[in-house]
Amino acid sequence: MSEQTPLIQVSNVSKKFGKLDALCDVSLTINQGEIIALLGANGAGKTTLINHLLGRLTPDSGNISIAGYKPGSLPARQRIGTILQSAKMPETLTIEEHIVLFSSYYLNPLPLAQILNIAGLTDLRKRRFKALSGGQQQRLFFALAICGNPQVVLLDEPTVGLDVQARRQFWQCIRELAQHGTSVLLTTHYLEEADALAEKAYLLSQGKLLHEGTCDSLKNKMGGKVIRFKTSSMQDFHTGIAGITQVQSRGQFVELVSQCAEDTLGYLFAQKIELHDLTVSQVSLEDAFLQMSSNSTPEHQLDNIKEAV
Amino acid sequence: MSTLVSNEVKMPYAKIIKIYYLEAKSELLKTFRVPAFTLPSLVFPVMFYVFFGLIFNRDGLDGQMPAYMLATYGVFGVIGPALFSFGVGVAIEKDQGWLALKQCSAMPIGAYFFAKIIASLLFGLIIILELFTLGALFGNVNMTSMEWGLTLISLLLGSLPFCALGLWLGLTVKGQAAPAIVNLIYLPMSIISGLWVPISIFPDWMQSFAWALPTFHLAQLTLAIQEFHLGYSVYIHAGVLLIMSIVFLLLATRAFKKQAIA
Repeated sequence: MSEQTPLIQVSNVSKKFGKLDALCDVSLTINQGEIIALLGANGAGKTTLINHLLGRLTPDSGNISIAGYKPGSLPARQRIGTILQSAKMPETLTIEEHIVLFSSYYLNPLPLAQILNIAGLTDLRKRRFKALSGGQQQRLFFALAICGNPQVVLLDEPTVGLDVQARRQFWQCIRELAQHGTSVLLTTHYLEEADALAEKAYLLSQGKLLHEGTCDSLKNKMGGKVIRFKTSSMQDFHTGIAGITQVQSRGQFVELVSQCAEDTLGYLFAQKIELHDLTVSQVSLEDAFLQMSSNSTPEHQLDNIKEAV
Repeated sequence: MSTLVSNEVKMPYAKIIKIYYLEAKSELLKTFRVPAFTLPSLVFPVMFYVFFGLIFNRDGLDGQMPAYMLATYGVFGVIGPALFSFGVGVAIEKDQGWLALKQCSAMPIGAYFFAKIIASLLFGLIIILELFTLGALFGNVNMTSMEWGLTLISLLLGSLPFCALGLWLGLTVKGQAAPAIVNLIYLPMSIISGLWVPISIFPDWMQSFAWALPTFHLAQLTLAIQEFHLGYSVYIHAGVLLIMSIVFLLLATRAFKKQAIA
Protein backbone atom coordinates (compact mmCIF):
# COMPACT_ATOMS: atom_id res chain seq x y z
CA MET A 1 0.00 0.00 0.00
CA SER A 2 1.53 3.32 -1.04
CA GLU A 3 1.81 6.24 1.38
CA GLN A 4 -0.66 8.30 -0.64
CA THR A 5 -3.54 5.85 -0.44
CA PRO A 6 -6.05 7.05 2.16
CA LEU A 7 -6.90 4.59 4.89
CA ILE A 8 -10.60 5.15 4.40
CA GLN A 9 -12.05 6.47 1.19
CA VAL A 10 -15.74 7.31 0.99
CA SER A 11 -16.81 8.37 -2.49
CA ASN A 12 -20.22 9.85 -3.29
CA VAL A 13 -22.13 7.64 -0.89
CA SER A 14 -25.90 8.01 -0.77
CA LYS A 15 -28.39 6.09 1.32
CA LYS A 16 -32.14 6.41 1.64
CA PHE A 17 -34.29 5.03 4.45
CA GLY A 18 -37.66 5.01 2.79
CA LYS A 19 -38.08 8.54 1.54
CA LEU A 20 -35.58 10.01 3.96
CA ASP A 21 -32.12 10.92 2.65
CA ALA A 22 -29.95 9.48 5.40
CA LEU A 23 -26.76 10.20 3.46
CA CYS A 24 -26.59 12.37 0.37
CA ASP A 25 -23.52 12.24 -1.88
CA VAL A 26 -21.06 12.07 1.02
CA SER A 27 -17.35 11.91 0.24
CA LEU A 28 -14.52 11.93 2.72
CA THR A 29 -11.08 10.52 3.29
CA ILE A 30 -9.20 9.55 6.40
CA ASN A 31 -5.43 9.39 6.24
CA GLN A 32 -2.97 7.72 8.55
CA GLY A 33 -2.66 9.38 11.96
CA GLU A 34 -5.49 11.88 11.54
CA ILE A 35 -8.02 12.67 14.24
CA ILE A 36 -11.25 13.65 12.55
CA ALA A 37 -14.45 14.83 14.16
CA LEU A 38 -17.80 14.23 12.58
CA LEU A 39 -20.17 16.82 13.93
CA GLY A 40 -23.90 16.92 13.62
CA ALA A 41 -27.17 17.06 15.46
CA ASN A 42 -29.27 13.97 16.18
CA GLY A 43 -30.47 12.43 12.95
CA ALA A 44 -27.81 14.20 10.89
CA GLY A 45 -26.49 10.87 9.62
CA LYS A 46 -23.38 10.43 11.78
CA THR A 47 -24.20 6.93 12.98
CA THR A 48 -25.46 5.95 9.53
CA LEU A 49 -22.09 6.91 8.09
CA ILE A 50 -20.21 4.95 10.79
CA ASN A 51 -22.43 1.91 10.12
CA HIS A 52 -21.48 2.13 6.44
CA LEU A 53 -17.78 2.17 7.33
CA LEU A 54 -18.31 -0.92 9.50
CA GLY A 55 -20.21 -2.73 6.76
CA ARG A 56 -23.40 -2.87 8.83
CA LEU A 57 -25.17 -0.89 6.11
CA THR A 58 -24.52 -0.91 2.38
CA PRO A 59 -24.82 2.28 0.35
CA ASP A 60 -27.50 2.71 -2.32
CA SER A 61 -24.84 4.30 -4.50
CA GLY A 62 -21.21 5.27 -4.15
CA ASN A 63 -18.13 3.47 -2.89
CA ILE A 64 -16.37 2.82 0.40
CA SER A 65 -12.92 1.35 0.70
CA ILE A 66 -11.11 0.42 3.91
CA ALA A 67 -7.45 0.21 2.87
CA GLY A 68 -8.66 -1.33 -0.38
CA TYR A 69 -11.07 -3.75 1.25
CA LYS A 70 -14.82 -3.95 1.41
CA PRO A 71 -16.34 -2.66 4.68
CA GLY A 72 -17.32 -5.52 6.95
CA SER A 73 -14.93 -7.98 5.29
CA LEU A 74 -12.47 -9.74 7.59
CA PRO A 75 -9.41 -7.75 6.37
CA ALA A 76 -11.37 -4.53 6.92
CA ARG A 77 -12.45 -5.66 10.39
CA GLN A 78 -8.82 -6.53 11.21
CA ARG A 79 -7.92 -2.88 10.54
CA ILE A 80 -10.78 -1.15 12.35
CA GLY A 81 -11.56 -0.83 16.02
CA THR A 82 -14.84 0.67 17.12
CA ILE A 83 -17.06 1.83 19.95
CA LEU A 84 -20.73 1.60 19.05
CA GLN A 85 -23.35 3.76 20.69
CA SER A 86 -24.69 2.63 24.05
CA ALA A 87 -23.40 -0.93 24.18
CA LYS A 88 -23.16 -3.09 27.31
CA MET A 89 -20.96 -6.10 27.78
CA PRO A 90 -21.31 -9.26 29.90
CA GLU A 91 -21.13 -8.01 33.45
CA THR A 92 -19.44 -10.87 35.22
CA LEU A 93 -16.20 -10.90 33.24
CA THR A 94 -13.22 -8.84 34.37
CA ILE A 95 -11.52 -6.11 32.38
CA GLU A 96 -8.55 -8.36 31.75
CA GLU A 97 -10.70 -11.30 30.61
CA HIS A 98 -12.58 -9.08 28.18
CA ILE A 99 -9.38 -7.64 26.71
CA VAL A 100 -7.61 -11.01 26.43
CA LEU A 101 -10.59 -12.46 24.55
CA PHE A 102 -10.95 -9.53 22.15
CA SER A 103 -7.19 -9.40 21.53
CA SER A 104 -7.27 -13.02 20.39
CA TYR A 105 -9.39 -12.04 17.36
CA TYR A 106 -6.55 -10.04 15.82
CA LEU A 107 -3.40 -10.95 13.92
CA ASN A 108 -1.10 -8.51 15.69
CA PRO A 109 -2.73 -7.38 18.93
CA LEU A 110 -1.08 -4.87 21.24
CA PRO A 111 0.43 -6.31 24.43
CA LEU A 112 -2.07 -6.43 27.30
CA ALA A 113 0.00 -4.11 29.48
CA GLN A 114 0.10 -1.46 26.78
CA ILE A 115 -3.67 -1.65 26.17
CA LEU A 116 -4.36 -1.30 29.90
CA ASN A 117 -1.94 1.60 30.03
CA ILE A 118 -3.42 3.54 27.11
CA ALA A 119 -6.95 3.03 28.42
CA GLY A 120 -5.90 3.92 31.97
CA LEU A 121 -7.18 0.62 33.36
CA THR A 122 -4.02 -0.99 34.73
CA ASP A 123 -5.10 -0.78 38.38
CA LEU A 124 -8.61 -2.01 37.61
CA ARG A 125 -7.67 -5.04 35.52
CA LYS A 126 -9.19 -7.61 37.91
CA ARG A 127 -12.44 -5.74 38.33
CA ARG A 128 -15.67 -7.00 36.76
CA PHE A 129 -17.57 -4.90 34.26
CA LYS A 130 -20.55 -4.34 36.55
CA ALA A 131 -18.32 -2.85 39.24
CA LEU A 132 -17.03 -0.12 36.91
CA SER A 133 -18.18 3.49 36.72
CA GLY A 134 -19.59 4.85 33.46
CA GLY A 135 -16.26 6.40 32.54
CA GLN A 136 -14.35 3.21 33.33
CA GLN A 137 -16.81 1.12 31.30
CA GLN A 138 -16.34 3.43 28.36
CA ARG A 139 -12.55 3.16 28.68
CA LEU A 140 -12.91 -0.62 28.59
CA PHE A 141 -14.89 -0.31 25.35
CA PHE A 142 -12.06 1.89 24.16
CA ALA A 143 -9.55 -0.80 25.16
CA LEU A 144 -11.50 -3.35 23.09
CA ALA A 145 -11.50 -0.93 20.16
CA ILE A 146 -7.72 -0.55 20.18
CA CYS A 147 -6.58 -4.00 21.34
CA GLY A 148 -6.16 -5.33 17.80
CA ASN A 149 -3.68 -2.56 16.97
CA PRO A 150 -6.05 -1.16 14.34
CA GLN A 151 -5.09 1.42 11.73
CA VAL A 152 -8.23 3.39 12.36
CA VAL A 153 -10.62 3.65 15.29
CA LEU A 154 -14.24 4.69 14.79
CA LEU A 155 -15.84 6.13 17.92
CA ASP A 156 -19.57 6.83 17.81
CA GLU A 157 -20.32 9.43 20.48
CA PRO A 158 -17.77 7.92 22.85
CA THR A 159 -18.22 10.38 25.70
CA VAL A 160 -21.98 10.77 25.74
CA GLY A 161 -23.29 10.50 29.31
CA LEU A 162 -19.86 10.94 30.92
CA ASP A 163 -19.15 13.63 33.48
CA VAL A 164 -16.55 16.30 32.80
CA GLN A 165 -13.70 14.53 34.52
CA ALA A 166 -14.42 11.17 32.88
CA ARG A 167 -14.67 12.90 29.53
CA ARG A 168 -11.28 14.54 29.96
CA GLN A 169 -9.74 11.21 30.97
CA PHE A 170 -11.23 9.70 27.85
CA TRP A 171 -9.80 12.46 25.67
CA GLN A 172 -6.41 11.69 27.14
CA CYS A 173 -6.80 8.09 25.94
CA ILE A 174 -7.60 9.27 22.43
CA ARG A 175 -4.57 11.59 22.34
CA GLU A 176 -2.39 8.77 23.62
CA LEU A 177 -3.65 6.56 20.82
CA ALA A 178 -3.10 9.19 18.13
CA GLN A 179 0.52 9.48 19.23
CA HIS A 180 0.92 5.85 18.16
CA GLY A 181 -0.08 6.86 14.63
CA THR A 182 -3.59 5.42 14.74
CA SER A 183 -6.28 7.39 12.90
CA VAL A 184 -9.41 8.30 14.80
CA LEU A 185 -12.84 9.22 13.53
CA LEU A 186 -15.19 10.31 16.28
CA THR A 187 -18.75 11.52 16.09
CA THR A 188 -19.85 13.97 18.69
CA HIS A 189 -22.48 16.46 19.77
CA TYR A 190 -19.90 18.15 21.94
CA LEU A 191 -18.24 20.83 19.89
CA GLU A 192 -15.81 21.35 22.71
CA GLU A 193 -14.75 17.78 22.13
CA ALA A 194 -14.09 18.29 18.43
CA ASP A 195 -12.21 21.48 19.24
CA ALA A 196 -10.10 19.76 21.89
CA LEU A 197 -9.19 16.68 19.87
CA ALA A 198 -9.60 16.94 16.16
CA GLU A 199 -7.43 18.55 13.56
CA LYS A 200 -10.15 18.27 11.00
CA ALA A 201 -13.91 18.44 11.28
CA TYR A 202 -16.75 17.45 9.04
CA LEU A 203 -20.16 18.95 9.64
CA LEU A 204 -23.03 16.72 8.69
CA SER A 205 -26.60 17.94 8.44
CA GLN A 206 -29.56 16.00 7.11
CA GLY A 207 -27.24 13.58 5.39
CA LYS A 208 -25.16 16.22 3.63
CA LEU A 209 -21.60 17.28 4.38
CA LEU A 210 -21.78 21.05 4.90
CA HIS A 211 -18.24 21.75 5.89
CA GLU A 212 -14.84 20.15 5.77
CA GLY A 213 -11.77 21.69 7.29
CA THR A 214 -10.08 22.57 10.56
CA CYS A 215 -12.22 23.49 13.55
CA ASP A 216 -10.80 27.01 13.23
CA SER A 217 -11.85 27.26 9.60
CA LEU A 218 -15.32 26.22 10.68
CA LYS A 219 -15.41 29.10 13.12
CA ASN A 220 -13.97 31.51 10.57
CA LYS A 221 -16.46 30.47 7.99
CA MET A 222 -19.19 31.28 10.43
CA GLY A 223 -17.43 34.58 10.75
CA GLY A 224 -15.57 36.51 13.25
CA LYS A 225 -16.06 37.62 16.80
CA VAL A 226 -18.72 38.09 19.40
CA ILE A 227 -18.85 41.53 20.99
CA ARG A 228 -20.71 41.45 24.25
CA PHE A 229 -21.63 44.29 26.55
CA LYS A 230 -24.20 45.82 28.85
CA THR A 231 -25.79 49.08 27.87
CA SER A 232 -28.47 51.35 29.24
CA SER A 233 -29.07 53.13 25.96
CA MET A 234 -32.15 52.12 24.03
CA GLN A 235 -30.18 52.08 20.80
CA ASP A 236 -31.27 49.53 18.19
CA PHE A 237 -28.49 47.66 16.52
CA HIS A 238 -28.91 46.54 12.95
CA THR A 239 -27.19 43.93 10.91
CA GLY A 240 -25.29 45.17 7.88
CA ILE A 241 -23.72 48.14 9.68
CA ALA A 242 -19.99 48.05 10.47
CA GLY A 243 -19.64 44.32 9.82
CA ILE A 244 -22.42 43.26 12.21
CA THR A 245 -23.96 39.98 11.06
CA GLN A 246 -26.12 39.09 14.05
CA VAL A 247 -27.77 40.91 16.90
CA GLN A 248 -28.85 39.05 20.01
CA SER A 249 -30.03 40.15 23.35
CA ARG A 250 -29.29 37.85 26.29
CA GLY A 251 -30.74 39.17 29.49
CA GLN A 252 -28.94 42.39 30.33
CA PHE A 253 -26.35 41.76 27.65
CA VAL A 254 -26.31 42.62 24.00
CA GLU A 255 -24.28 40.36 21.74
CA LEU A 256 -23.16 41.42 18.31
CA VAL A 257 -21.59 38.93 15.95
CA SER A 258 -19.19 40.75 13.70
CA GLN A 259 -17.12 39.96 10.63
CA CYS A 260 -14.74 42.72 11.64
CA ALA A 261 -14.55 43.49 15.33
CA GLU A 262 -12.39 46.59 14.80
CA ASP A 263 -14.96 48.28 12.53
CA THR A 264 -17.80 47.42 14.88
CA LEU A 265 -16.02 48.74 17.95
CA GLY A 266 -15.07 51.91 16.06
CA TYR A 267 -18.73 52.35 15.19
CA LEU A 268 -19.87 51.77 18.77
CA PHE A 269 -17.35 54.29 20.15
CA ALA A 270 -18.16 56.84 17.43
CA GLN A 271 -21.85 56.62 18.39
CA LYS A 272 -20.82 57.34 21.99
CA ILE A 273 -22.91 54.44 23.24
CA GLU A 274 -22.51 53.75 26.93
CA LEU A 275 -20.83 50.33 27.31
CA HIS A 276 -20.22 48.22 30.41
CA ASP A 277 -18.49 44.86 30.83
CA LEU A 278 -17.30 44.83 27.22
CA THR A 279 -15.77 41.58 25.98
CA VAL A 280 -14.69 40.47 22.53
CA SER A 281 -14.35 36.75 21.89
CA GLN A 282 -14.10 34.18 19.13
CA VAL A 283 -17.44 32.79 17.97
CA SER A 284 -17.92 29.48 19.74
CA LEU A 285 -18.10 26.34 17.72
CA GLU A 286 -21.55 25.93 19.21
CA ASP A 287 -22.77 29.03 17.42
CA ALA A 288 -20.89 28.12 14.26
CA PHE A 289 -22.53 24.76 14.40
CA LEU A 290 -26.03 26.11 14.86
CA GLN A 291 -25.60 28.65 12.10
CA MET A 292 -24.23 26.17 9.59
CA SER A 293 -26.44 23.22 10.30
CA SER A 294 -29.59 25.29 10.14
CA ASN A 295 -30.98 25.84 6.68
CA SER A 296 -33.63 28.18 7.99
CA THR A 297 -34.06 31.96 8.07
CA PRO A 298 -31.86 34.15 10.30
CA GLU A 299 -34.78 34.77 12.70
CA HIS A 300 -35.14 31.08 13.13
CA GLN A 301 -31.46 30.73 13.84
CA LEU A 302 -31.78 33.31 16.53
CA ASP A 303 -34.51 31.22 18.09
CA ASN A 304 -32.29 28.20 17.94
CA ILE A 305 -29.52 30.02 19.66
CA LYS A 306 -31.83 31.38 22.31
CA GLU A 307 -33.21 27.95 22.99
CA ALA A 308 -29.70 26.62 23.33
CA VAL A 309 -28.86 29.20 26.01
CA MET B 1 -16.78 -2.32 -4.78
CA SER B 2 -13.06 -2.52 -5.30
CA THR B 3 -11.64 -5.95 -5.94
CA LEU B 4 -10.30 -7.75 -2.95
CA VAL B 5 -6.60 -8.22 -2.59
CA SER B 6 -5.54 -11.80 -2.00
CA ASN B 7 -2.21 -11.13 -0.29
CA GLU B 8 -3.95 -10.72 3.09
CA VAL B 9 -2.13 -12.60 5.83
CA LYS B 10 -4.24 -15.53 6.98
CA MET B 11 -4.99 -16.29 10.59
CA PRO B 12 -2.86 -19.30 11.60
CA TYR B 13 -4.87 -22.34 12.70
CA ALA B 14 -3.35 -22.26 16.18
CA LYS B 15 -4.69 -18.73 16.65
CA ILE B 16 -8.14 -19.71 15.40
CA ILE B 17 -8.26 -22.62 17.84
CA LYS B 18 -7.22 -20.22 20.60
CA ILE B 19 -10.11 -17.89 19.72
CA TYR B 20 -12.61 -20.75 20.00
CA TYR B 21 -11.04 -21.87 23.27
CA LEU B 22 -11.07 -18.38 24.83
CA GLU B 23 -14.58 -17.69 23.60
CA ALA B 24 -15.86 -20.91 25.19
CA LYS B 25 -13.93 -20.25 28.40
CA SER B 26 -15.37 -16.73 28.65
CA GLU B 27 -18.87 -18.02 28.01
CA LEU B 28 -18.51 -20.60 30.80
CA LEU B 29 -17.02 -18.10 33.27
CA LYS B 30 -19.76 -15.64 32.42
CA THR B 31 -22.51 -18.20 32.92
CA PHE B 32 -21.23 -19.86 36.07
CA ARG B 33 -20.73 -16.48 37.72
CA VAL B 34 -24.49 -15.92 37.60
CA PRO B 35 -25.78 -18.42 40.20
CA ALA B 36 -29.33 -17.10 39.77
CA PHE B 37 -29.28 -18.64 36.31
CA THR B 38 -26.97 -21.57 36.97
CA LEU B 39 -28.54 -23.09 40.07
CA PRO B 40 -32.19 -23.36 38.97
CA SER B 41 -31.29 -24.96 35.64
CA LEU B 42 -28.98 -27.45 37.36
CA VAL B 43 -31.38 -28.24 40.22
CA PHE B 44 -34.95 -28.11 38.87
CA PRO B 45 -34.90 -31.10 36.48
CA VAL B 46 -33.23 -33.21 39.15
CA MET B 47 -35.70 -32.10 41.80
CA PHE B 48 -38.64 -32.99 39.54
CA TYR B 49 -37.10 -36.37 38.82
CA VAL B 50 -36.75 -37.07 42.52
CA PHE B 51 -40.39 -36.11 43.18
CA PHE B 52 -42.17 -37.66 40.22
CA GLY B 53 -39.79 -40.48 39.39
CA LEU B 54 -38.26 -41.64 42.65
CA ILE B 55 -40.84 -40.74 45.30
CA PHE B 56 -44.41 -40.59 43.99
CA ASN B 57 -44.72 -42.90 40.98
CA ARG B 58 -41.93 -45.20 41.92
CA ASP B 59 -43.90 -48.41 41.32
CA GLY B 60 -45.58 -47.25 38.13
CA LEU B 61 -44.91 -49.15 34.88
CA ASP B 62 -44.20 -52.30 36.89
CA GLY B 63 -41.47 -50.56 38.85
CA GLN B 64 -39.86 -49.21 35.71
CA MET B 65 -40.91 -45.60 36.35
CA PRO B 66 -37.47 -44.39 37.56
CA ALA B 67 -35.87 -45.77 34.39
CA TYR B 68 -38.58 -44.33 32.16
CA MET B 69 -38.39 -40.90 33.74
CA LEU B 70 -34.62 -40.88 33.62
CA ALA B 71 -35.04 -40.51 29.85
CA THR B 72 -37.85 -37.93 29.91
CA TYR B 73 -36.39 -35.74 32.67
CA GLY B 74 -33.07 -36.09 30.88
CA VAL B 75 -34.72 -34.45 27.85
CA PHE B 76 -36.33 -31.84 30.08
CA GLY B 77 -32.94 -31.16 31.68
CA VAL B 78 -30.81 -30.79 28.56
CA ILE B 79 -33.17 -28.66 26.49
CA GLY B 80 -33.45 -26.06 29.28
CA PRO B 81 -29.85 -24.79 29.02
CA ALA B 82 -30.04 -25.02 25.21
CA LEU B 83 -33.17 -22.87 25.03
CA PHE B 84 -32.07 -20.42 27.72
CA SER B 85 -28.41 -20.05 26.78
CA PHE B 86 -29.38 -19.24 23.20
CA GLY B 87 -32.88 -17.84 23.58
CA VAL B 88 -32.27 -15.55 26.52
CA GLY B 89 -28.49 -15.12 26.21
CA VAL B 90 -28.52 -14.10 22.56
CA ALA B 91 -31.60 -11.87 22.99
CA ILE B 92 -29.96 -9.92 25.80
CA GLU B 93 -26.58 -9.59 24.07
CA LYS B 94 -28.34 -8.52 20.89
CA ASP B 95 -30.31 -5.81 22.72
CA GLN B 96 -27.23 -4.62 24.60
CA GLY B 97 -25.35 -4.04 21.36
CA TRP B 98 -22.73 -6.56 22.48
CA LEU B 99 -23.45 -8.92 19.60
CA ALA B 100 -23.18 -6.01 17.15
CA LEU B 101 -19.82 -4.98 18.59
CA LYS B 102 -18.53 -8.55 18.28
CA GLN B 103 -19.70 -8.68 14.68
CA CYS B 104 -17.78 -5.47 13.97
CA SER B 105 -14.66 -6.97 15.54
CA ALA B 106 -12.54 -9.54 13.73
CA MET B 107 -14.18 -12.41 15.67
CA PRO B 108 -15.16 -15.36 13.49
CA ILE B 109 -18.91 -15.58 14.12
CA GLY B 110 -18.64 -19.35 14.45
CA ALA B 111 -16.71 -18.87 17.69
CA TYR B 112 -19.68 -17.07 19.23
CA PHE B 113 -22.08 -19.91 18.50
CA PHE B 114 -19.50 -22.57 19.33
CA ALA B 115 -19.04 -21.07 22.80
CA LYS B 116 -22.77 -21.06 23.48
CA ILE B 117 -23.11 -24.67 22.26
CA ILE B 118 -20.24 -25.78 24.51
CA ALA B 119 -21.80 -24.02 27.51
CA SER B 120 -25.20 -25.58 26.92
CA LEU B 121 -23.68 -29.05 26.33
CA LEU B 122 -21.67 -28.79 29.55
CA PHE B 123 -24.78 -27.80 31.47
CA GLY B 124 -26.64 -30.67 29.85
CA LEU B 125 -23.86 -33.09 30.75
CA ILE B 126 -23.89 -32.05 34.41
CA ILE B 127 -27.67 -32.51 34.58
CA ILE B 128 -27.49 -35.92 32.87
CA LEU B 129 -24.79 -37.12 35.28
CA GLU B 130 -26.85 -35.93 38.26
CA LEU B 131 -29.88 -37.85 36.97
CA PHE B 132 -27.83 -40.95 36.17
CA THR B 133 -26.35 -41.00 39.66
CA LEU B 134 -29.72 -40.61 41.37
CA GLY B 135 -31.39 -43.14 39.08
CA ALA B 136 -28.70 -45.75 39.59
CA LEU B 137 -28.40 -45.25 43.36
CA PHE B 138 -32.00 -44.68 44.38
CA GLY B 139 -34.15 -45.81 41.46
CA ASN B 140 -32.68 -49.25 40.77
CA VAL B 141 -32.22 -48.24 37.14
CA ASN B 142 -30.52 -51.17 35.51
CA MET B 143 -29.22 -50.44 32.05
CA THR B 144 -26.39 -52.06 30.16
CA SER B 145 -23.36 -49.82 29.70
CA MET B 146 -24.36 -49.62 26.04
CA GLU B 147 -27.77 -48.27 27.08
CA TRP B 148 -26.28 -45.74 29.51
CA GLY B 149 -23.91 -44.57 26.78
CA LEU B 150 -26.61 -44.32 24.12
CA THR B 151 -28.90 -42.41 26.48
CA LEU B 152 -26.11 -39.94 27.17
CA ILE B 153 -25.36 -39.45 23.47
CA SER B 154 -29.02 -39.21 22.52
CA LEU B 155 -29.61 -36.49 25.10
CA LEU B 156 -26.50 -34.46 24.27
CA LEU B 157 -26.93 -34.61 20.49
CA GLY B 158 -30.65 -34.17 20.92
CA SER B 159 -30.15 -30.83 22.64
CA LEU B 160 -28.65 -29.34 19.45
CA PRO B 161 -31.97 -28.79 17.61
CA PHE B 162 -33.06 -26.83 20.68
CA CYS B 163 -29.94 -24.67 20.42
CA ALA B 164 -31.13 -23.81 16.91
CA LEU B 165 -34.66 -23.10 18.15
CA GLY B 166 -33.26 -20.97 20.98
CA LEU B 167 -30.99 -19.09 18.58
CA TRP B 168 -33.92 -18.21 16.34
CA LEU B 169 -35.95 -17.04 19.36
CA GLY B 170 -33.03 -15.07 20.75
CA LEU B 171 -32.50 -13.24 17.50
CA THR B 172 -36.20 -12.53 17.09
CA VAL B 173 -37.55 -11.52 20.50
CA LYS B 174 -36.65 -8.63 22.81
CA GLY B 175 -34.19 -9.34 25.63
CA GLN B 176 -36.60 -8.32 28.36
CA ALA B 177 -39.36 -10.55 27.01
CA ALA B 178 -37.07 -13.48 26.28
CA PRO B 179 -37.18 -15.31 29.67
CA ALA B 180 -40.98 -15.25 29.70
CA ILE B 181 -41.29 -16.33 26.07
CA VAL B 182 -38.75 -19.14 26.45
CA ASN B 183 -40.58 -20.39 29.55
CA LEU B 184 -43.91 -20.22 27.72
CA ILE B 185 -42.47 -22.52 25.09
CA TYR B 186 -40.29 -24.68 27.33
CA LEU B 187 -42.79 -25.71 30.02
CA PRO B 188 -45.99 -26.43 28.01
CA MET B 189 -43.96 -28.16 25.30
CA SER B 190 -42.33 -30.36 27.95
CA ILE B 191 -45.61 -31.31 29.62
CA ILE B 192 -47.52 -32.08 26.42
CA SER B 193 -44.62 -34.16 25.09
CA GLY B 194 -44.79 -36.39 28.17
CA LEU B 195 -41.58 -35.29 29.83
CA TRP B 196 -43.19 -34.88 33.27
CA VAL B 197 -45.68 -37.76 33.18
CA PRO B 198 -45.72 -40.61 30.63
CA ILE B 199 -47.45 -39.58 27.40
CA SER B 200 -49.39 -42.85 27.25
CA ILE B 201 -51.78 -41.60 29.95
CA PHE B 202 -52.78 -38.59 27.84
CA PRO B 203 -55.94 -38.65 25.66
CA ASP B 204 -55.38 -39.49 22.00
CA TRP B 205 -55.85 -35.95 20.70
CA MET B 206 -53.08 -34.70 22.97
CA GLN B 207 -50.81 -37.49 21.86
CA SER B 208 -51.39 -36.56 18.21
CA PHE B 209 -50.68 -32.92 18.99
CA ALA B 210 -47.38 -33.92 20.58
CA TRP B 211 -46.16 -35.07 17.16
CA ALA B 212 -45.72 -31.41 16.24
CA LEU B 213 -43.28 -30.84 19.12
CA PRO B 214 -39.55 -31.55 18.88
CA THR B 215 -39.45 -32.54 22.56
CA PHE B 216 -41.83 -35.44 21.85
CA HIS B 217 -39.49 -36.84 19.20
CA LEU B 218 -36.37 -36.50 21.34
CA ALA B 219 -38.19 -38.17 24.24
CA GLN B 220 -39.36 -41.07 22.06
CA LEU B 221 -35.86 -41.45 20.63
CA THR B 222 -34.31 -41.61 24.09
CA LEU B 223 -37.05 -43.88 25.49
CA ALA B 224 -36.54 -46.27 22.56
CA ILE B 225 -33.11 -47.16 23.96
CA GLN B 226 -34.92 -48.93 26.83
CA GLU B 227 -37.88 -50.01 24.65
CA PHE B 228 -40.25 -47.64 26.50
CA HIS B 229 -41.26 -45.67 23.42
CA LEU B 230 -44.71 -45.69 21.78
CA GLY B 231 -43.35 -48.04 19.13
CA TYR B 232 -42.79 -45.86 16.08
CA SER B 233 -39.56 -46.15 14.15
CA VAL B 234 -36.65 -44.21 15.65
CA TYR B 235 -35.77 -43.07 12.14
CA ILE B 236 -39.02 -41.11 11.98
CA HIS B 237 -38.22 -39.30 15.25
CA ALA B 238 -34.60 -38.66 14.27
CA GLY B 239 -35.74 -37.46 10.85
CA VAL B 240 -38.26 -35.02 12.32
CA LEU B 241 -35.59 -33.63 14.66
CA LEU B 242 -33.19 -33.21 11.76
CA ILE B 243 -35.77 -31.39 9.65
CA MET B 244 -36.71 -29.17 12.59
CA SER B 245 -33.04 -28.31 13.14
CA ILE B 246 -32.68 -27.27 9.52
CA VAL B 247 -35.85 -25.18 9.61
CA PHE B 248 -34.84 -23.40 12.84
CA LEU B 249 -31.32 -22.80 11.50
CA LEU B 250 -32.69 -21.29 8.30
CA LEU B 251 -35.04 -19.07 10.29
CA ALA B 252 -32.14 -18.10 12.57
CA THR B 253 -29.91 -17.28 9.60
CA ARG B 254 -32.59 -15.00 8.21
CA ALA B 255 -33.10 -13.30 11.57
CA PHE B 256 -29.33 -12.96 11.96
CA LYS B 257 -28.92 -11.19 8.64
CA LYS B 258 -31.82 -8.93 9.45
CA GLN B 259 -30.41 -7.85 12.83
CA ALA B 260 -26.85 -7.43 11.48
CA ILE B 261 -28.18 -4.47 9.52
CA ALA B 262 -29.60 -2.50 12.40
